[in-house]
Amino acid sequence: MKKLILGTAALALSAGMALAQDVVRLGTEGAYPPYNFINDNGEVDGFERELGDELCARAALTCEWVTNDWDSIIPNLVSGNYDTIIAGMSITAERREVVDFTQGYTPPSPSAYAALSDDVDLTGGVIASQTGTIQANYVVDTGATLVEFPTLDEALAAVRNGEADAVILDKDSLAPAVNESGGEMMFVGEDIALGEGIGMAFRKSDPDLRATFDAAIQSMKDDGTLNDLITKWLGEDSPRF
Amino acid sequence: MFGYCSDPSALDGLVWLSCYLTSGKHMAFYASFGTVMLLLAITAPAALLFGFGGAVAARSAFWPLRILGKAYSAMVRGIPDIVFFLFVPIALDQAFEWMRHKALCPEWEAPVRQGNDFVVCVEAKLPLSASPQWVHESYGFALAVLAFSIVFGAFAANVFYGAMRTVPRAQLETAQAYGMTERQSFWRVLIPQMWIYALPGLSNLWMILIKATPLLFLLGVEDIVYWARELGGSKTSIYAYPHPDWRLYYFLALLVFYLALTRVSEIALARLTARLSRGQATMAGEALRKAAV
Repeated sequence: MKKLILGTAALALSAGMALAQDVVRLGTEGAYPPYNFINDNGEVDGFERELGDELCARAALTCEWVTNDWDSIIPNLVSGNYDTIIAGMSITAERREVVDFTQGYTPPSPSAYAALSDDVDLTGGVIASQTGTIQANYVVDTGATLVEFPTLDEALAAVRNGEADAVILDKDSLAPAVNESGGEMMFVGEDIALGEGIGMAFRKSDPDLRATFDAAIQSMKDDGTLNDLITKWLGEDSPRF
Repeated sequence: MFGYCSDPSALDGLVWLSCYLTSGKHMAFYASFGTVMLLLAITAPAALLFGFGGAVAARSAFWPLRILGKAYSAMVRGIPDIVFFLFVPIALDQAFEWMRHKALCPEWEAPVRQGNDFVVCVEAKLPLSASPQWVHESYGFALAVLAFSIVFGAFAANVFYGAMRTVPRAQLETAQAYGMTERQSFWRVLIPQMWIYALPGLSNLWMILIKATPLLFLLGVEDIVYWARELGGSKTSIYAYPHPDWRLYYFLALLVFYLALTRVSEIALARLTARLSRGQATMAGEALRKAAV
């Protein structure tokens, strides 16, 4: 009898645990349009907002959005402040040592340089990028002088005010700024393929949740809804699956 | 906010501006001024308490307490603020979660540290993952207040320690001559006279504290500087209110806010100094006495 009560209690406890686990906190940056940004109502918006909400709906999870500085986005994941990163984070071998990724929800997308004129020196000049991105790592390898900024917007501003000769980041996130600059800014040089696409990052100790989202991403790839989202937010030219 | 704001792209001029300045994001910006004031309102007394405790400990006749008090003020003053602000909240958070984990999930066998990961059971999470966002934000804010209080408390401890030693020795000897115990002379003679000597140092600390509040963003609290940067950055048409780089205007507004806060503080501190000088054996106290005659 005692065992039975204990068993029931344990069952009730684990049921409670499952319930609590159903709220998944999605960590994002909120400063990388069109992937993720804070809209004028003060809410997280963008490609990843719509994607994340759809993934949670398919996985039958309650999700909550959390914004975090890009700089400390991985440390705060591993210390458990949120459960996943969905913030335009490219899958790289270096990051894989710390966190686990789902399959990419974008194909490897090109990075590009944007500048005020098309005769800038991309290998010897001063190139702006965002701290801790694969593009920043790439600049170091080209021999150019790298200046790092905490956000996309500040990296762009550095080019506009002449502090840097060009900025390199994901082409999709530079495109709106370039297209709307009225000819002031332009893409320079060839597109560069970096990374293995963008994925969601999870703690290494959290394989179940990763598998859940991986399956949800696969289902969105299979029925083509992911491609629709990419076209809607990242533009017609962005590579699709 | 206003009814005519439903389609911002069709508006221009002042109407556009009135909609822009009342968007949800701007409301969050205005509310963050309250966050900063709340931080100041809680941190200042808390830091005074920490400082007072540290100073009393540093003067203690009981040596372990004395060492503790001196180590507190020496260590915290010696470590760069930013290092401290980054370390303390994360360390405190993990310490709390670890203790709850031990208490609430004794049957858990997996290690808490798994490589880089810090894994505690779901019930030990602080706050619980399932709790609403405002709980998470208040918790982050509370950790920030604690970190600020510890840091500024250490500086205040040193100010109090110095102030307590500046009270003229004759005052304490007189108290003893009247037969007051150690404790009585401490509370009735030393403490009331100490404030006037502590005030210049404390007012410096207050001014520095006002200017240190932007460090809040390091701790994940969205303060006025975060919102100014976020709102002022150039916005493409993916946003409802596209505009070029307006950070200058937002930071000018912050400048005015901080200057106004500094001015108000100066006036209040000047009044406090005059009040505390009354009847004190200082030059200001002497001047007050002469003026009254």
